[in-house]
Amino acid sequence: MLEIKDLHASVEGNEILKGISLSIKKGEIHAVMGPNGSGKSTLAKILSGHPSYEATGGEILFEGKNLFDMDAEERSLSGIFMGFQYPVEVPGVNNAEFLRMAFNARRVRADEEEMDPLDFDELLSDKMKMLKMENKYKERSLNDGFSGGEKKKNEILQMAILDPKLAILDETDSGLDIDALRIVAEGVNSLRNENNALILITHYQRLLDYIKPDFVHVMHNGLIVKSGDKALAHELEAQGYDWVTAEN
Amino acid sequence: MSDEQSSVSDILEDNTYKYGFTTDVESETFAKGLDEDVVRRISKKKKEPQFMLDFRLKAFAKWKTMKAPKWPNVQYPSIDFQNISYYSAPKQKKVLESLDEVDPEVMRTFEKLGIPLDEQKKLANVAVDAVFDSVSVATTHKKKLMEVGIIFCPMSEALQEYPELVEQYLGTVVPVGDNFYSALNSAVFTDGSFVYIPPDTISPMEISTYFRINTEETGQFERTLIICAENSYVSYLEGCTAPQFDTNQLHAAVVELITLENAEIKYSTVQNWYAGDKETGKGGVYNFVTKRGKCQGNNSKISWTQVETGSAITWKYPSCILLGDNTSGEFYSVALTNGHMQADTGTKMIHIGKNTRSSIISKGISADHASNTYRGQVKVGKNATNARNYSQCDSMLVGDKSSAHTFPYIETANSSVQIEHEASTSKISEEQLFYFESRGISRENAIEAVISGFCKEVFKQLPMEFAVEAQKLLTLKLEDSVG
Ligand SMILES: Nc1ncnc2c1ncn2[C@@H]1O[C@H](COP(=O)(O)OP(=O)(O)O)[C@@H](O)[C@H]1O
Ligand SMILES: [Mg+2]
Repeated sequence: MLEIKDLHASVEGNEILKGISLSIKKGEIHAVMGPNGSGKSTLAKILSGHPSYEATGGEILFEGKNLFDMDAEERSLSGIFMGFQYPVEVPGVNNAEFLRMAFNARRVRADEEEMDPLDFDELLSDKMKMLKMENKYKERSLNDGFSGGEKKKNEILQMAILDPKLAILDETDSGLDIDALRIVAEGVNSLRNENNALILITHYQRLLDYIKPDFVHVMHNGLIVKSGDKALAHELEAQGYDWVTAEN
Repeated sequence: MSDEQSSVSDILEDNTYKYGFTTDVESETFAKGLDEDVVRRISKKKKEPQFMLDFRLKAFAKWKTMKAPKWPNVQYPSIDFQNISYYSAPKQKKVLESLDEVDPEVMRTFEKLGIPLDEQKKLANVAVDAVFDSVSVATTHKKKLMEVGIIFCPMSEALQEYPELVEQYLGTVVPVGDNFYSALNSAVFTDGSFVYIPPDTISPMEISTYFRINTEETGQFERTLIICAENSYVSYLEGCTAPQFDTNQLHAAVVELITLENAEIKYSTVQNWYAGDKETGKGGVYNFVTKRGKCQGNNSKISWTQVETGSAITWKYPSCILLGDNTSGEFYSVALTNGHMQADTGTKMIHIGKNTRSSIISKGISADHASNTYRGQVKVGKNATNARNYSQCDSMLVGDKSSAHTFPYIETANSSVQIEHEASTSKISEEQLFYFESRGISRENAIEAVISGFCKEVFKQLPMEFAVEAQKLLTLKLEDSVG
C-alpha cells in the first residue's frame, strides 16, 4: 500500500529526515517510536503533504502512485488521513459542518451524491456515540477551546467519518487520560479491517497494549535505527531509548 | 491532479477585477474645473426648481470655506478638485420614453455586470435604478411599484415630478455643510435614487440602485433619498463597480434615510469599486461617502448592512440618529481590505429619544499590505433615558503585513444607559487551511468556510442572493492573500 524509499526531507533548509525506508501492506499496523525531535512528526507531515515540509530525495508510492505528484487535498481524497499531534483551532467554523464538508468532498470525488445534513447528522451521532462524545461537540467551533484530549478525540472522530485506507496517528495518545485512551483505542480498533493500514506514532508503550502493532520502528536523528515486532516496544519501555540510540 | 490544478488557476484568473472594462459611449462631459458657474450649469442642465439651485449654491459657498478632513487613518495625495469634471452623461436626444432609447452599449454594460435592464430579462423581484457615471439611465418595475403608491425614480426626475417631497426632506439628515465631501456633493450632485414609501405599505419587492463609473476623470456624486412613511417597510440594496484606471476616481455620495412612526428601512450595500492595482496600489476609487438615517417617528428602525470589498480608500460611517422614542439603529459591516487598500469605516449611533437601542457588529478583514480601521461613536443625549448599545468589533488579519485598528468613542450624558463593547482580533493561517486540505476540502472552500464563519452575523442580514454573492466575492479576493 505504502512504499517509502530512502526519503530525505527538510524544513526551512534543515535536513530532518535522512534516508527513511518503510514498506506497509494492507491490514498492517506499524508503530513508530523514538525520542523527541527524532523526526516522527516530520515524517507524518511529509506523508500528508504539508507545504512547509520539503521532500529532497527518495520517493513515496501510495497504491503505486507517486505521492509527490499529489497535493494535500488529493492525498486525503485518495484515502490518506493524518491525525495531528497538535490539531489547529478554527473559530467560527461549526464542527459538524466541517465534518460534513470533508465527508461530502469524498462523495463528490467518488461521483456520489452529497449527503444531506439530516442523514449526515445520524451518521455523525453514531460515530460520536462510539467515541463517547457528547452532542455539544457538533455545535462547537472546530477544535476551538477544546482541551488537548478533546482535540485528539475529535481527530479520531474525523477518521471514523472519513474511513481512510491509511491512517497516520501522530501521538494521538498524549493528552488522553486512561479512560479516554481506552475509548479512542477501541474506536480505532473498530475501524480496522484487512484493507486498511495504520501508522501509530507514539512515545509510549501503553497505546500499544490496546492497539497491537505488527511492526515497531525506532527513529533517531531522522533515521529508522531499529525495526522489530511488538517485543521491541517492550524492550524500549524497559531500557529507554538510549539503548538503541547509543548504538548509532 | 491536472484537473485540480486547472480549477485552482481558473480561480486565480477570476481573481483579477472582472468589472474592469470601460464602455465606449458618446458622452456629454463638462470641462474640468469647479466654480459657481459650474454649479449653476449643472442645475440648469437638469432644469431644476429654484430651491434646488439655492441649496446647491449654499452648499458650494460652505464647501469653499472647508478643508478635507485629515483625521481618518488613511493616506493619499491631496485631491485637485479643479482637475475633475463634474458632469458626464451618456448623450441622449431627449427625455426617454422607454428603455429602447437607452444607448444599447449602456444596456449591454449593465447586462455584463449581471443587471439586465430590459423588460424581458430584468430581475423579477428587484426593482433597479441603474446609474451610469452621473446619470440614471434606467429604472425597472416603476409601474408595478406605483400601483401600491411607491415612488422609485432617479433623483433628477423626482425634482421634476415631486419637488415638494424632495424640498421637504432633502438635507434634513445630512445638512449642506455637514462635512467637506457632503458639502461638495450637495453642490454638484447630478443624480441618484429617490424612494418614497407611502403610509401602511410594505414594499412588494427589493428596491436597488446600481452605480457604475465609466469615465476616467469624472467624479461621481450621487444623492439618494429614501423616505419611509408611517407603518411602512422597505429593503433597499446598493451595488457598484468601476473600470480599471491608473488614476483615482472620486466617489462622494450622500445617502439620507428617514423613517416616520413605526416604519423600517433596511439598507444593504455590497461595494466593489475598483481597488487599484494589487501590487503597486496604482489607481482605484476614493470612496468618501456620507450615509445617515434619521429615525424621526417613534418606534421606527433603520438598519445598515454593508459589505465593503473594493475601493482604494473607503471612508464612510453609515449612521443613525435615534430621534423618536423606542427607535432602533443597527449597523452590520464587513470590510475587506487587501493589496494596498485602506479603509476607515464604522458608524455613529446618536441616541436622542427615550428607550432607544443600537447595535453595531463590525468585521474587518485585512490582508497583504492593507489597513483596516473601525471607527465608531455612540453618543447618548441627556434625555435618552434607558438607551442601550451593544458593539462588537472583530478583526481578522491575513498574513503579517496587514494591520487592523479599532477606535470606539463613547459619549454619554445620561446615567441610565447601558453600553457594552466587545472586540477581538484573530488570524487566518496557513495551518488552518492545511488542516482543511488534509481532510480533502479545497483551499477555496476552506477560505470560504473560515470567512463565512467570521462574518456570519453580518451575512445573515443580507438578502439570500446577496449573501451568496458577497461570500464568493470575499473568497475570491482572499484566495492569493493567505499564506
Ligand atoms: N516547522 C519547523 N520549523 C523548524 N524546525 C522544525 C519544524 N518542524 C520540525 N522541526 C525540527 O525538526 C526536528 C524533528 O521534529 P519532529 O518531526 O517534530 O520530531 P518528533 O515528532 O519526533 O518529536 C526537530 O529538531 C524540530 O525542531
Ligand atoms: Mg512529534
